[in-house]
Amino acid sequence: MTRWIGTVEHLGITRLRGPLLVVRDVHGVGWDESATVRTPDGRVRNGLVLSVDRDLAVVQVFEGTDGVGVEGTSVVFAGESTHVPVGEGWLGRVCNGRGAPIDGGPPVAGVRRAPVSGRPLNPTRREPPSEPVLTGVSAIDALTTLVRGQKLPVFSVAGLPHLELATQIAAQSTVRDAPFAVVFAGMGLTHPDVAAVRDALAERSARGELVMLLNTADDPVVERILTPRIALTVAEHLAFECGRHVLVVMADMTSYAEAVREVSADREEIPGRRAYPGYLYSDLASLYERCGRIRGVAGSVTLVPVLTMPGGDITHPVPDLTGYITEGQVVLSTAAHGSGIYPPVDPLGSLSRLMRKGAGSGRTREDHLDVAAQVMSCLSRARHVRELADLIGEEALSGTDRAYLAFAEDVERRVLSQRPDETRQIDETLDLCWRALSLLPRRELTMLAEDALARRYVARTGG
Amino acid sequence: MVAVTAGTAIEGRVVKVSGSLVEVEGLPGAVISEVVALGRVGLLGEIVAVADGVFTVQAYEDTGGLAPGATVAALGRPLSAALGPHLLGGVFDGLLRPLSEAGEWLEPGAGAGPGDTLRWRFTPTAAPGADLAAGEAVGTLDGDGPFALLVTVPPDLPPGVPLAVESVVPAGEYAADETLAVIGGRPVTMATSWPVRRPRPFRARVDEVAALHTGQRVLDLVQPIARGSTASVPGGFGTGKTMLLQQIAKWCDADVIVYVGCGERGNEMADIVEELQSLVDPRSGRPLRLRTVVIANTSNMPMMAREASIYTGVTVAEYFRDMGLHAVVIADSTSRWAEALREFASRRGALPAEEGYPAGLASALAAFYERAGDVRTLGGGRGSVTIIGAVSPPGGDMTEPVTAHTQRFVRATWMLDRDLAYARHYPAVAWEGSFSRDAGALAGWYARNGDPTWGRRRARMGSLLAESDRLASLAELVGEGAMPGSERVVLLAGRLLRDCVLRQSALSPNDGFCSAAKGAALVDAVLAVVDRCQSLIEAGVPATRIEEADLGALVRAAEATGPADAEGVAARRDTVLAELETLS
Ligand SMILES: Nc1ncnc2c1ncn2[C@@H]1O[C@H](COP(=O)(O)OP(=O)(O)OP(=O)(O)O)[C@@H](O)[C@H]1O
Ligand SMILES: [Mg+2]
Repeated sequence: MTRWIGTVEHLGITRLRGPLLVVRDVHGVGWDESATVRTPDGRVRNGLVLSVDRDLAVVQVFEGTDGVGVEGTSVVFAGESTHVPVGEGWLGRVCNGRGAPIDGGPPVAGVRRAPVSGRPLNPTRREPPSEPVLTGVSAIDALTTLVRGQKLPVFSVAGLPHLELATQIAAQSTVRDAPFAVVFAGMGLTHPDVAAVRDALAERSARGELVMLLNTADDPVVERILTPRIALTVAEHLAFECGRHVLVVMADMTSYAEAVREVSADREEIPGRRAYPGYLYSDLASLYERCGRIRGVAGSVTLVPVLTMPGGDITHPVPDLTGYITEGQVVLSTAAHGSGIYPPVDPLGSLSRLMRKGAGSGRTREDHLDVAAQVMSCLSRARHVRELADLIGEEALSGTDRAYLAFAEDVERRVLSQRPDETRQIDETLDLCWRALSLLPRRELTMLAEDALARRYVARTGG
Repeated sequence: MVAVTAGTAIEGRVVKVSGSLVEVEGLPGAVISEVVALGRVGLLGEIVAVADGVFTVQAYEDTGGLAPGATVAALGRPLSAALGPHLLGGVFDGLLRPLSEAGEWLEPGAGAGPGDTLRWRFTPTAAPGADLAAGEAVGTLDGDGPFALLVTVPPDLPPGVPLAVESVVPAGEYAADETLAVIGGRPVTMATSWPVRRPRPFRARVDEVAALHTGQRVLDLVQPIARGSTASVPGGFGTGKTMLLQQIAKWCDADVIVYVGCGERGNEMADIVEELQSLVDPRSGRPLRLRTVVIANTSNMPMMAREASIYTGVTVAEYFRDMGLHAVVIADSTSRWAEALREFASRRGALPAEEGYPAGLASALAAFYERAGDVRTLGGGRGSVTIIGAVSPPGGDMTEPVTAHTQRFVRATWMLDRDLAYARHYPAVAWEGSFSRDAGALAGWYARNGDPTWGRRRARMGSLLAESDRLASLAELVGEGAMPGSERVVLLAGRLLRDCVLRQSALSPNDGFCSAAKGAALVDAVLAVVDRCQSLIEAGVPATRIEEADLGALVRAAEATGPADAEGVAARRDTVLAELETLS
């Protein structure tokens, strides 16, 4: 992937440690420059300059330094930061976490090369996000609508089907009436996971709407630092130069952050919370902030990072810092999973901060925002009723309270639940919400407009 | 905006680059805090340390590609903000370079200057032959805002020393860099420059307080803030810090808002700029944007510029303060600034103190908040700088260093509570944990300014809320039904205060902003209803009947009446009182 711009081969390797390698006698090599390391067996690895001090350069090797010796290993500096080719040639391709093909095809050719770290988008050129990406997943479309240009993470716990959900979103999402593409960046996935992802996304890939970058759990850890950056660089080009709406799904960001932590430890940096480096916030932001829209430009980049909360702890640095950067979160719950709901979304803990801009009249459906607000408020009341029922017994509840329980049950079984290969249209999703709301007496539905009630509310007795 | 001048005498060489930390040799005579231009494109940095001829430089831009051997120019001045009338309505980066002049994607070293075609109308107020001292007005600019901007004698001259006005231009349209007057041999222009780390001088701090009306009831009625005061807003992610700060930026009754987006989201910046453009300032009838200076240093922009942006922002506010204006600095989030401090300290290998932060964190925070104040300016006017900073505690842990230290140095803290936010009670300002050290003095100010009951109202609310919280935990044990009627009314009072008064949706067209009169009317309405309920209990009416009474008119009062409609609230109070009357 790296062009051989440099010509000088450096042989003076003085130190090897973890993924780090120190070379001496280098001149004119800049910080953050890309490097290639060639071992005597002819293998080539890629790296990055972490610091330059007089004639010493510290290089981080993405593939690790296993099998690298001081003797006979040479380093060539590229004279520029890490670049990848960008272009529509990526569509339909399956590559590893470094962007090398694993689909038997030739290396991906691009129309030009771009730095993987990207450049900050001028905030005054941003267009506030205002149209939806429809995922075909009711729990998301109805209650936490994903908006083009938004970053909306999925917070999960080990053992929950978040990868299925991520794949389903990648397979089904669309925008109405505009070119669309998906970039799927897998990080630290197991081989069975990779197989499942490839299988579920094969169709979309064959249609030339999908780019897959898959870093497996046994791939070099440092390579994971590169995977999301390549994904975003490819996505930015497809979006802002080819005018597509691009959805980037990144799973699992916890594996990514662990890679950052590992590199930081090798660099002997001062560890912060749970030994993650102090700059983890800025590092994650340098990825997540690459979504958005640009004024006067057709495309958009929307981000769905998926992460597992170690021990289910939302205050763990990875979910915590992600929450501080992203625009809401979709939270999966073990309780919902335990009661057989797929996708096991916890609607009350979830929020799409941009939803009010991307849903409603002219975007999804005119009743959407009111319906969503009403469902949320009734779910929250139903939760209290459940707590009460646990104390005093269900028989002692009032009729209205029992209607709330029936409503919540219907939302969980009919609205939130769906098959992993089922695409629900937004109309169908909202109609299902109305069916659930119709289990409640009309007087309870204070957030819905009279004319909407007149049109869509059909009282139902019992479940 | 900082320009790189060619042909500067001192030229050094880069010897080491590690991210934002650059080491340089060969800059004899360069001093600490001096700005340097690194490499071919002239990346800006600041000298922070010298040892054995090696200068440590904190670079404000991405140093990608910078190599040992690159040339370095010392620019002979400290990091300074380019101040002038062009700031109002503009969007700038952390070094105060106009972002509107920059490209779609930000490139390092591409510091564009203001596209200086703008001209402002200048009217002199001083005549040749007069004597003026530092900070005194030479003339005014443009009259179409709610206030006049002043052009003053540079405040870096010795204070109080009279200088002769040698010449003044006649009234007319001038560009920012044209000489408007010559005073004591120095040309005076609209555009001036000030070192961002040095507080601008003033004559004295003013003792008497005046309220800053924010338009957010939970602040104005419970945890108020005075002009020139300081407040911190700590809260976990999603608890509503940004929404609260943006509401204050839009509706508080200051003259100038400096909104510093420090290490936060690009979409939020785009959003606030667009909103400020479309909203009209009720006082001037012009877009709110024209009273606002936005400094945008989003989380993906270079980290070290965050460190500078806080100081740049407060310098801009002081500049307007010195014209006798009331300025508010809003910094979202100060935690990202502190992280930049930590990042650079760790790159320098400084000994870490708490959680990796440098030992100087507390004093840096203290010094920053000390730049707030309500002052008598050098020119004799009264102006103020109020500072409101968001704090983003990792894991929502309020004992972490930035949150804990900040609370020591601010006059008010509005603690945002995750449970309230989770229950969609916004603004999620907790009544426990929050404080306002201005409240006592402000009660006196309100009394002198037409609201003698402000203090009593606040005290009554506070005790009802505390009492109802206490009873609520009791009710969880024994059940509300088992409690005496008078206590059940206290519980009802707590609910009413929360739902009718403290809760205020930023998204509501009627209620996003609330006038002082409407806020007072809402509390008085709730208190009147609560009092009536208590007397009904005393008269033997069962609590259940009171709880079942329809109080909807009161609960919906805030949303259903206009932002300043105190009469509308009073009418709803009467409806509810009449409804209660039928119970006796
Ligand atoms: N005053 C309010 N009125 C209505 N909704 C609010 C209010 N405050 C917060 N919210 C809701 O909560 C969401 C998050 O609020 P906000 O962006 O202000 O949080 P924050 O504390 O700044 O979070 P972060 O630390 O991640 O930046 C908003 O998008 C909105 O949906
Ligand atoms: Mg915020």
